[in-house]
Amino acid sequence: MTTNGEVKHTITALVADKPGVLNRVSSMFRRRGYNIASLAVGHSEIEDLSRMTFVVEGDEGIVEQVTKNLHKLVDVIKVFDVSDANCVSRELALIRVRANVQNRSEIMQMVDIFRAHIVDVAPESIIIEVTGDEDKVDSLQNLLRSFGVLEVMRTGTIAMSRGVESQSDHRIPDGSRPRMESGL
Amino acid sequence: MRMTGGQMVCKSLIREGVEVIFGLPGGAILPLYQTLPEFPELRHILVRHEQGAAHAADGYARVTGRPGVAWATSGPGATNLVTGIATAQMDSVPMVVITGQVARAAIGSDAFQESDTTGITLPITKHNYLVMHAADIPRIIQEAFHVASTGRPGPVLVDIPKDVFVEEAEYEYPEHVDLPGYKPTLDGHPNQIRKAAKLIDAAQRPVILAGHGVIISHAYDELMELAERVQIPVVTTLLGISSFPDDHVLCVGMPGMHGMAYASLAIDEADLLIALGMRFDDRITGDTSAFAPGSKKIHVDIDPSEIGKNVPVDVPIVGDLKRVMIELNKRVSSATHVEWVQRIEELKREHPSMQIRDTDQLLPQYIIQQLCDATSGKAIIVTGVGQHQMWAAQHYTYTEPCSLVSSGGSGSMGYEVPGAMGAQVGRPDRVVWSIAGDGGFQMTMCELATLAENKIPVKFAIMNNGYLGMVRQWQEIFYDKSYVATGYSGNPDFVKLAEAFGIFGARVTDKSQVMPTILKAMEYDGPALIDFVVEQEENVYPMIPSGMTVHDMIEEPRPAKVPR
Repeated sequence: MTTNGEVKHTITALVADKPGVLNRVSSMFRRRGYNIASLAVGHSEIEDLSRMTFVVEGDEGIVEQVTKNLHKLVDVIKVFDVSDANCVSRELALIRVRANVQNRSEIMQMVDIFRAHIVDVAPESIIIEVTGDEDKVDSLQNLLRSFGVLEVMRTGTIAMSRGVESQSDHRIPDGSRPRMESGL
Repeated sequence: MRMTGGQMVCKSLIREGVEVIFGLPGGAILPLYQTLPEFPELRHILVRHEQGAAHAADGYARVTGRPGVAWATSGPGATNLVTGIATAQMDSVPMVVITGQVARAAIGSDAFQESDTTGITLPITKHNYLVMHAADIPRIIQEAFHVASTGRPGPVLVDIPKDVFVEEAEYEYPEHVDLPGYKPTLDGHPNQIRKAAKLIDAAQRPVILAGHGVIISHAYDELMELAERVQIPVVTTLLGISSFPDDHVLCVGMPGMHGMAYASLAIDEADLLIALGMRFDDRITGDTSAFAPGSKKIHVDIDPSEIGKNVPVDVPIVGDLKRVMIELNKRVSSATHVEWVQRIEELKREHPSMQIRDTDQLLPQYIIQQLCDATSGKAIIVTGVGQHQMWAAQHYTYTEPCSLVSSGGSGSMGYEVPGAMGAQVGRPDRVVWSIAGDGGFQMTMCELATLAENKIPVKFAIMNNGYLGMVRQWQEIFYDKSYVATGYSGNPDFVKLAEAFGIFGARVTDKSQVMPTILKAMEYDGPALIDFVVEQEENVYPMIPSGMTVHDMIEEPRPAKVPR
C-alpha cells in the first residue's frame, strides 16, 4: 500500500448533508496541505447525514492531524481511521478500451478473469465496468493498456469495517449522548 | 411570536447577553439596522471602517471573555472585516460577526455589493452560516454564540440576505444547542493527568510554559498554585503575558524570538516542559528539532489538533485548562527545586536582557517603563505589531491578569487603535493605554473619530520612529541596512491630527518630558495621544533569527559597522 514511500490511509467520516460541507472538508485539506488520493461521498443510512471516504497519503503524524482537523469541523459528526481495521474497500471504474472484432474476445477473457462486465459495445470500442479494491482496478487498467485505454473514470474508494460492529452505534444525532471523538 | 428576521437577530443577541455591537451599515444590512431603535438594550458603536469593528469586537472579547459582536454590510463591508476575523481566529478570540448579504434571489448573480462571504471567511472562522430562512435565525445565533465561546474559542460569522431580515416568521428560541458534531472535550483523561503528575514529581528542572489558554480558561489561581507549591519557574508566551504576575519571583518572562534570553535558556536547560494552553508557535520554538532538547514535554490544550502539531510531546492532555489543572494540582507533590531556582536566578544575572542603556536619547523602552510606573503595572496595554509590541511585552511589568491585548498569531498591524477601543468599552473600569507604532497607527487612525464621538478614553503612546521599525531592523541585520520602503518621511503631525479629531494631543522629544506628559494625558478626561519622537534606529534585543535556536541568539547590538 505504498506509493513514493508514503503510506495510504483510509478515513471515513459521517457528515451533515447540507450545502457547503464538501467545500469545508476540501478547504481544510487544501489549507493544511494534505494530499487526498481519492474522495467519495454519498448518502448514509441516516437521513440528513452523508458518509465520506478519503484515501490520504502521508505518514502517521499527517493522518493523525487530518483526523483531528476533520473532527474540528462542526459539520463533521464522526471520523474513523479504518486503515488498520479489518475492512472491505471497494472502488468502481468504467474503462473505455479500443476494441475491434479481432481482439474483442481476448478482452472479454480478461474481463471474465477480473469478474468485470462489459456494459457497452461499439464498433471501435467497449466500456468495461469493474469493481474491487484499488489494486484490482489498477491491475485491470494496466493489462488493458496494450489494447488502448481511451477513457477511465473511477469513483474513488469506499470502505466499511467487517463484522457486526456498525459505525452508527455511537452517533445517532439525538444530541444527548456524549461523543468524545467529535472533538472541537 | 411572529417577527421579522431583523427583529429576531436583535432579540437573539439580547438573549445571548450582548450589550455592545461595533458596526457600520450599508444597503444589504439596512433592514437590520432599522430595527435597532426597537432594542435600546443594544448599544451600537458606529466605526469608521469595518476593520475597526472586527478588531474592536476582538479587543472587547479578549478583556471580557465574552464574544464580541461586529456588524457589516455585504461585499466590501464583509471583506473589510476579514483581517479582524483572521486575527481573532489565530488568537482564539470569541466573536460573532453578522454580515448582510444580497437578497436570496440575487445570490450567485454577481449582484451589486455581492461577495461570497461564507466562502471567503471559511478558512478564517471557527464556523460560519448562510441563513436562508428567517425562522432559522434564533437557532443559528444561539449556535454561533455557543461555538464561538466554548471549546477553543474563535470567530463565527453569520451571513444573512437582505430579504431574510424582512421575512416574517415565528420566533422560537431553542432550549439548548443541538450540534452532534461539536462536543469539546473539557475534562482531561485521568490516566494522562496521573502520568503528568508523575513526570512533574520526578523532574529536577521543570519549567511551565503558560499561554493564552490560561487567560481564556481563567486558570490563574491554578497556575499560581502549581508554580508555588512545586516551585516551578514560569515563562509566558506573548499572549500568555499577564497570566502570571511579572513581579512574581518565579516569573521568568517571555521566551522566543524577542523574548528574554534567560527565559529561552531556561527552556533549553529544562528537563520537563509543562506547556499550558499554548501551541508551540514558531516565534517560541525557532528550530523545533533543537527546541527544549533535553526535556520531556507535557502539553495541555483544549484543541486536540494542537497536540503533536509542531513539537512531539510525551504526555498530551486534551481538556479545559482550568479543569485539568484542578485535577493535576491534586496529584502533584510539593517540591522546592532549590538548585534549579538558583540556576534561573543565575541566568537572570548573567543575561540581564531587559536593561535599558543609559543615554539621553529618547528610547521606546524607557517610555514603556515610565508608562508602567505611571500606571503601577495595572493598565490594560493594547499594542500594534512590531518593535513597540515586543518592547511592550518586555518592559511593562504586568501585575494584573488579562492585561496585554495584542495580535499575536496573525500579527495584524493597525490593531492598536480599534483593539484598544474594544478593550476600553469592555472594561470601562480600567485604564487602557495603546502602545502604537507610527506605521500601524496610520492604518486604522480613522477610529480616533469613533473614540472622540463616543468619549472612549483610550490613551495612545505612539512610538514614532519614522520607520516600519521591525522590518527596518531585519533590513539592518539581514540586508546590510538596505532600507527599502520602510522609511516614513511624510508622517503627519500627530498632535495636529489629535486636535483635528478633537482629542488631547502632545509631543515628547525629550526624556524629561515623558512622565509629566503621560500624567497629563491620564488626567485628561477623554481620549489622548502622545507622539513620542523616539530614537529612529533602535533595535529589539535579544533576537533569535527566524528558524534558528537559542544558541544563535543575538543578545547585544552588534558593533557598529564602518559607514560606507
